[in-house]
Amino acid sequence: MNRTIVRLGLRSVFGRRRGILLFVLPVVLIGLGLLVRLLAGATGDNAETVLDELGLTIVVPLVALIATTGLLAPEIDDGSISYLLAKPVSRHTIVLSKLVVAVGCVLVFAALPMLVTGLLIAPDEPRLALGYAIGTLAGGTAYAALFALLSVLTKHAVVVGLIYLLVWETLVGSLLDGVRWFSIARWSSVVVEEVTSVDVAQGLGPAYAVSALAVVILGATYLTGRRLRSFNLTGED
Amino acid sequence: MTTLRLEHVSRWYQNVVAVNDVTMTIGPGVTGLLGPNGAGKSTLIAMMSGFLAPSAGSVTLDDERLWRNEKIYRRIGIVPEREALFDYLTGRQFVVANAELHGLADPGAATQRALALVEMTDAQDRVISTYSKGMRQRVKMASALVHDPEVLLLDEPFNGMDPRQRMHLMELLHRRGGEGRTVLFSSHILEEVEQVARQIEVVVAGRHAASGDFGAIRRLMTDRPNRYVLRTSADRRLASALVADPSVRAVSLRPEGGLEVSAGDFGRFSAVLPQMASREGVRLLEVTPTDESLESVFSYLVAT
Repeated sequence: MNRTIVRLGLRSVFGRRRGILLFVLPVVLIGLGLLVRLLAGATGDNAETVLDELGLTIVVPLVALIATTGLLAPEIDDGSISYLLAKPVSRHTIVLSKLVVAVGCVLVFAALPMLVTGLLIAPDEPRLALGYAIGTLAGGTAYAALFALLSVLTKHAVVVGLIYLLVWETLVGSLLDGVRWFSIARWSSVVVEEVTSVDVAQGLGPAYAVSALAVVILGATYLTGRRLRSFNLTGED
Repeated sequence: MTTLRLEHVSRWYQNVVAVNDVTMTIGPGVTGLLGPNGAGKSTLIAMMSGFLAPSAGSVTLDDERLWRNEKIYRRIGIVPEREALFDYLTGRQFVVANAELHGLADPGAATQRALALVEMTDAQDRVISTYSKGMRQRVKMASALVHDPEVLLLDEPFNGMDPRQRMHLMELLHRRGGEGRTVLFSSHILEEVEQVARQIEVVVAGRHAASGDFGAIRRLMTDRPNRYVLRTSADRRLASALVADPSVRAVSLRPEGGLEVSAGDFGRFSAVLPQMASREGVRLLEVTPTDESLESVFSYLVAT
């Protein structure tokens, strides 16, 4: 990890207009949580619904997408990444440092808001809120690693990322049950299930979910660094 | 001795060849990479910067390869052509970050030294997004000089600079070259190149077209036959007179009227032509040099 790259990364996430979305998403989540508590009552079931449907399905992947692509894609797009690449710093260090920032964003703008929302709706079940926060962190990290890889593979990382989320994780995931074996959203749910001991009926063993998450995180991080190492950066010639 | 060596380097994108079998050696002093737009200069510099893998051949710095070799950047400073910088930082923050990434012992001091070199000390605390094109260019330069590299590579550095900034940058490059460092910059303007560069490498259509000091390149370019189209009141009469003069190599009558003249000695031809016309009583209606543009100069260079 390189402190300068982390610092530059933080500046680049919050220095762009897209960064505002990172603040909006948790506000919406917590706001809705407050509304549910006032109108529908403080129950564990209500908390699960909000944290599942809005949190894990929408807020977590979007926070990871905005943070990660904001860290890599614009710099690759405008060529300013050359200032990072023209340095005696390992490409893996660059990727790792950027991911530290992305995961920090997931922690602050997704995992903590999930915890707060959970506690808000179901104050009597702290374990539930904690479970969702941990599931968020695990899933969000996997998303971040995957989106980092997308950023170095395609110029349209944001679009491809969104399509992946909408089509694979949401649409296909709800139609075909077999997708659960290959779905970050489902794996994070298993993590949640494991911590909260709530049965979400995912039909996946926790060992499988955790190793699948680990494989995606480590694999995508490594591949991103490798890809950056042989990244062909050309001028405008 | 710091020597950048390209050996039989080619680079193609799918079926388009951008750089074709180029072999050149760039040693200490200032070298100009001259060529028209789209000649492959940026592709060459990208390969010398380790940003692009050669499709064939090798690019090395003192026998160390550049591609996939991050350590080499301790010795190289790069000024890319593209404008993009970290716009949300101030000039100073940007250069400090570059110094830190190089792992310098005292990034602050190195930054001040580099900013002073490019005369950006006064504007260092302004956000880069407020900089003019010339200021951006200078802060890019500072970021490339912050670790005092042995090799400096600049892609079209004079673009967008006003004459004073241009002079200043030329002095700076000249000084570094004089100190025995290796400096390479690209340009499509001969006058720019010959003012600073001791050695000129000409690239045309992806090929290494010529190499030499500016005197040699200049001669290659000026001793070529100059072509003119003349419109006169009596084409044939003037043509026969022109053929008799030693400065003229060829005269032909154009089907649509007018003469095409190829002159070997530009100085003599321009003195002789009006005298000859008045002696023959021929009115010169139009004299147009047909190969003024650099492209035709280059195409001449490539053809020989």
